[in-house]
Amino acid sequence: MTLIPLGIPRRLLEFTIDGEPVRAPEGSTILDACRSVGKDVPTLCQGDTLAPKNACRVCVVEVEGSRTLVPACSRKAEADMQVLTDSERARHSRKIVLELLASSVDLSTTPEVAGWLKEYEAKPDRFGPDAARLNEEPKVDNDLYVRDYDKCILCYKCVDACGDQWQNTFAISVVGRGFDARIAVEHDAPLTDSACVYCGNCIEVCPTGALSFKSEFDMRAAGTWDEPAQTETTTVCAYCGVGCNLTLHVQDNEIVKVTSPHDNPVTHGNLCIKGRFGYQHVQNRD
Amino acid sequence: MDLRFGDSKPTDEERAAIDTLLGPPESSWEGADRSDADLRWARGGREARERRDLLLPGLHAVNDRIGWISEGALDYLCRRLTVPPAEAYGVATFYAMFSVKPRPATVLHVCTDLACAAAGASELCAGVEAGLGLGSGVSVERSPCLGLCERAPAALAIKAGDPVRTAVSAPATVERAVLAASSPDSAPEEPPAALAVPQAGDPSLMLLSRVGVVDPASLDDYRAQGGYTALRQAFAIGPAGVIREVTDAGLVGRGGAAFPTGRKWQATASQPDRPHYLVCNADESEPGTFKDRVVMEGDPYSLVESMTIAGYAVGAHKGYLYLRGEYPRALERMEHAIGQARARGLLGDDVLGQGYAFDIEIRRGAGAYICGEETALFNSIEGYRGEPRSKPPFPVEKGLFGKPTAENNVETLVNVLPILTMGAQAYAAIGTGRSTGPKLFCVSGSVDRPGIYELPFGATLGELLDLAGVRKRLRAVLLGGAAGGFVRPDELDIPLTFEGTREAGTTLGSGVVLAFDDTVPLPRLLLRIAEFFRDESCGQCVPCRVGTVRQEEALHRIVDRTGADAASDIALLREVGRAMKDASICGLGQTAWNAVESAIDRLGAYE
Repeated sequence: MTLIPLGIPRRLLEFTIDGEPVRAPEGSTILDACRSVGKDVPTLCQGDTLAPKNACRVCVVEVEGSRTLVPACSRKAEADMQVLTDSERARHSRKIVLELLASSVDLSTTPEVAGWLKEYEAKPDRFGPDAARLNEEPKVDNDLYVRDYDKCILCYKCVDACGDQWQNTFAISVVGRGFDARIAVEHDAPLTDSACVYCGNCIEVCPTGALSFKSEFDMRAAGTWDEPAQTETTTVCAYCGVGCNLTLHVQDNEIVKVTSPHDNPVTHGNLCIKGRFGYQHVQNRD
Repeated sequence: MDLRFGDSKPTDEERAAIDTLLGPPESSWEGADRSDADLRWARGGREARERRDLLLPGLHAVNDRIGWISEGALDYLCRRLTVPPAEAYGVATFYAMFSVKPRPATVLHVCTDLACAAAGASELCAGVEAGLGLGSGVSVERSPCLGLCERAPAALAIKAGDPVRTAVSAPATVERAVLAASSPDSAPEEPPAALAVPQAGDPSLMLLSRVGVVDPASLDDYRAQGGYTALRQAFAIGPAGVIREVTDAGLVGRGGAAFPTGRKWQATASQPDRPHYLVCNADESEPGTFKDRVVMEGDPYSLVESMTIAGYAVGAHKGYLYLRGEYPRALERMEHAIGQARARGLLGDDVLGQGYAFDIEIRRGAGAYICGEETALFNSIEGYRGEPRSKPPFPVEKGLFGKPTAENNVETLVNVLPILTMGAQAYAAIGTGRSTGPKLFCVSGSVDRPGIYELPFGATLGELLDLAGVRKRLRAVLLGGAAGGFVRPDELDIPLTFEGTREAGTTLGSGVVLAFDDTVPLPRLLLRIAEFFRDESCGQCVPCRVGTVRQEEALHRIVDRTGADAASDIALLREVGRAMKDASICGLGQTAWNAVESAIDRLGAYE
């Protein structure tokens, strides 16, 4: 059973989204309100278990009276606000942001983005063949996971998950500045020389596949990764008594990766090294 | 938090640099040798983490002494301050003046920004590199604006050691820049600050009246010139009275946003959360801006006094002066002034015997234009990467250390002195209805007398340029700096007020007036502006991080093209620029396309 904390009752704010009257509890973001009325706004850096960072700017919407567009993921709804989620202005910015992203990084493993590129008629090629790209080689320096920063959109989710929002290990940070900014560990060292404890919570929140299980990375390289053929089974981790939920992703009767349900009230999608990576004994059939 | 510090060790010198700042470590928890007491005593928790704001001074300490920041030094600093090494590495790599790779002890920053570029910075760079030769032990770095535009071209030499030595060479020749880099101690002294004020001594001056008249090192002289009468007046009318005067005077922020200062102070003062902070933004890094430097170098006590008044008004007992790292002389003068004021009871527990406690701490920036954005500046002081925060919440509610904070720049603050000495009514009578008081302008480029000019709001651009001796064949004027916009030579009747420039479709910005005659190749200039924004973007949000790169690429493609050949790239620039303006987190991304857009629309740059 999933526990749903009800919290104290909150005042309802009345405002409009695309001309339609909406009521949302005080403290909700514009994105929460949009989703509650069945209107989805695309987001990349927003994470259901993390404080919104509003760095990607894909979710920008137009708010009457605001000089610039505002990020729906982090701007709190206010009474009498008039929000336009799909105005020409918002669509233009969203299209350009998608083009800027898709022209600089590899979004091939980012869920949903192909659909948005089409919906907003984004043409990442129009910046020409010489447009600067990250062009980074994947960093494979340990047996558990791979950092492929060619796919990194600098959403800060891994930094937040490793830092004070969940893991409190603080092994990763954004380094450098501007287009040269990258995610790295201290002194840009290999992961094995860093403070990383291999909980894999950064993989859990990565929206683009820049961080992935070594198993997934190898299978993708070999062309054997077949997501539609995988089954997902949620079970309880057997290593200790906390009771974390594990979702086993199984392909051809082998566990290929382990995630954790984000709505679990104990872990909120976070695990430790054993729960996340210690599954080989299950498939040791000798 | 469970921190891992790695096993690299600092050298004795690196350790000494950090210990000089922080004092010797007390236990093995913060980097000392392990003793028996450490087995029974844990140190850490919130108290240890709350020293994180010493990270930036710590990085400066190492960089000043050694010239760069090694793994061992960074890890030791992290141990001392309980900061995760990954985060400290992220901070150290954010600033242009720090290096995490070995480099020579002397770095010569040669300014290649707008005014200096127009005055031949690239030839200077090439000459200096040839003059120094290989193996000179000097690293020559092309630098963004050093704030010495009135004496362009400019170079700044920084020689690491104990103490660090600096030498400014401006106007720089190859010989003088080489001398500054090779022996900073014997380089000729900088000319007095008053030379940057062509009107010096003019009795009509208010903000600059003491520059060149007062001895910047003498508190007595400052008092003899009328100093500290405004603070006495402030104590006489009380904090609410000060805010009322500032509001009635119609003072608005001079940093570019033109927000009413009285409203900001009132909003800060009325917050129930304590403590309150005052922050003085002296990080002017806008290419073409140097007014705050001249005020701090020529009349440092006026800033100490006005910060004290502002702190008193908003209920702060601590003020931070965030001073840009490229201003060694302003730093020295402000340090001296603050020390003297403290020694004489004008700062400290009991200012002027009035029972009000206020002190000022200087924080040095380390080469990041973005730290002039108010929330990025807070992050920088707190020891985080200088990335802007998203607003709301606004600083008056949650600013420095999450507490109510009033942030003003130097020029805004020094305006408070005449407001209190002459009264709000008399002050408000100066200038125009919506733009009251005097305004400082930084005039440089193709003029005979570059420098800081003080004029009442309402003078026209042409009047200002006449005063500065504009040269013939004026091609364009950049108003408001790189984030501002270009105007044509036939638009010189634009009144220099906030509303007048807005009506003319441009901006006053930070008061930059950069004149270019027709020898300056406009497309190259635009390329330099685009390079500047690409270099200075913090990288946090996509429209700015990638947009500034795409803007620069497009300008590269059309640098020698006009008309139909440039049309498709100009259309692309417009589309990207519009999204940057609309969707970037902060003002840097939102304004990064302004100057280029105005050059295309008003000057017909690619026609």
